[in-house]
Amino acid sequence: MALERKEVEHVALLARLELSEEELTRFHRQLDNILGYVEKLNEADTSGVEPLAHAAASGNVFREDEVKPSLERAEALAQAPDSDGWFFRVPRIIDMGGEL
Amino acid sequence: MAEYEAVIGLEVHVQLNTKSKLFCGCSTAFGAEANTQTCPVCLGLPGVLPVLNRAAFEKSVRAALALDCEIAPFTKFDRKNYYYPDLPKNYQISQYDLPLSRNGRLAFEVAGHEKSVRIRRAHLEEDAGKLLHEDPRGSGRSLVDLNRTGTPLLEIVTEPDLSSAEEAVAYLMALKQLLKYVDVSDCEMQEGSMRCEPNVSVRPKGAKELGVKTEIKNLNSFRNVAAAIEYEIERHIKLLEAGQRVRQETMLWDADRGATAPMRSKEEAQDYRYFPEPDLPPFTMTAEETGRLRATLPELPAARRARFETALGLDAYSAGVLTAERPVADWYESVLSAGAPAPEAAKWVINDCLREREDRKLDFADFPVKPAELAALIGLVEKKTINPTIARQKLLPAMFETKRGAAELVKELGLAQVTDAGAISAAVEAAIAKNPKALADYRGGKAEAVMFLVGQVMRETKGKANAGAVRELLEKRLAELK
Repeated sequence: MALERKEVEHVALLARLELSEEELTRFHRQLDNILGYVEKLNEADTSGVEPLAHAAASGNVFREDEVKPSLERAEALAQAPDSDGWFFRVPRIIDMGGEL
Repeated sequence: MAEYEAVIGLEVHVQLNTKSKLFCGCSTAFGAEANTQTCPVCLGLPGVLPVLNRAAFEKSVRAALALDCEIAPFTKFDRKNYYYPDLPKNYQISQYDLPLSRNGRLAFEVAGHEKSVRIRRAHLEEDAGKLLHEDPRGSGRSLVDLNRTGTPLLEIVTEPDLSSAEEAVAYLMALKQLLKYVDVSDCEMQEGSMRCEPNVSVRPKGAKELGVKTEIKNLNSFRNVAAAIEYEIERHIKLLEAGQRVRQETMLWDADRGATAPMRSKEEAQDYRYFPEPDLPPFTMTAEETGRLRATLPELPAARRARFETALGLDAYSAGVLTAERPVADWYESVLSAGAPAPEAAKWVINDCLREREDRKLDFADFPVKPAELAALIGLVEKKTINPTIARQKLLPAMFETKRGAAELVKELGLAQVTDAGAISAAVEAAIAKNPKALADYRGGKAEAVMFLVGQVMRETKGKANAGAVRELLEKRLAELK
């Protein structure tokens, strides 16, 4: 198989999926098949074809900069598994610093 | 010990000053109660579609133009995937390989010389929410406020063209000045509307190859930016001197300790799996559209400063102070439009109005003294209706207090200069009569006695006499009495 098992494990970890050994084996095979199928596209002759950066045909869709009412806090918090009435509550994060 | 040089690049995020968020209509107002500015779009609920805020896009393009960037004729958004509780969608909508602008530059002055920094790119993205790591009520969990989620950010990345903490801070100040001039951001580091992440590396002086770099996070003031960069440069040099290697990692600045420490590095390397955002169709910019936005740019600070020097004849210092902030420069130019001569008006604005602003916490956009009234005050001094000291110490403060006109207050407060020769002469006689010692001193050859008597006359006339005229008259009279 062209795809390595540890790549499947890596992708599963990034997607926060906990896979059993049996699932890993099965998804490894399936993913490898999918990639092999997509690989076929590389056989198409695309010389002289502009690379497509985006599948959407038309663009420049804007909204104006206007404030619209937000959700009531209670309603926003109700969508989450845990809150204290003011904040969403999540398991304690040790890794400081955020991403941005 | 070998000599080293530092190589620094900066990644800056500024919050665009739009009314609503980047992809939804929630307010971006600062300081609202937690989780009161969210909606299904910025909460990342299933089935919603983002729609780009036109003002955010246009402000980004204007900022990029002010930074001398090329505007991309075609740009798109991408998803940057990662898990963190401040990011409800588990991806951030950002721009990856086709940012809206590239290849700009920003020139500024540092330690008396001109420095130009290349801008690699400027792109638009959404902000994440705010995470409180410790629940003050002791639940042992972390708290999340998603008000900030989806707020528009412009990310501006430089090439590694800076070589000291001083240059980095000078760049940030010039960037802040520029972005405030074009009205795209407030750029307040303390409030988080401007954030800076420096990349620092060192190498033996003159070496071609770059050293291993570290990135610094958690900087909330210019002072911290400078201190953290200096700390990292020194840390790298110490490691190299000891024959060790610098590890490429992200460091967190601890302002209390005045030191950096490695951010707990994740076991997995960063893998953001960028891909085009399918929910947002791409954007095209024609030359006409770019030109239309370019036409909305004001005169930029560097050009304005140069014009203040060349066309208005101001010295470099005054031109710099007056153009530091756009509202001050605008206000100053209104004083000139009302007829005041440029150098004189510059003195009044710099020495008096700027100080009053500090003392009274005023804003030039809504200044209690109107530009035409400062011009009127300057005119009254020029015509010798009032003397400069009275204008400075009595008239201008009264104008700030009452918000009334200069001429009106001169009349009402009786501030007009005493030009009546008879009145001045009487005051001179009185001063001489009341101060026989001064007269004796003068006769004894002490020239300072004249100045003492001038002071007495000015006091007698409550400062309204013309000091030059008083002195002339006194000297004449004293000579007669000698």
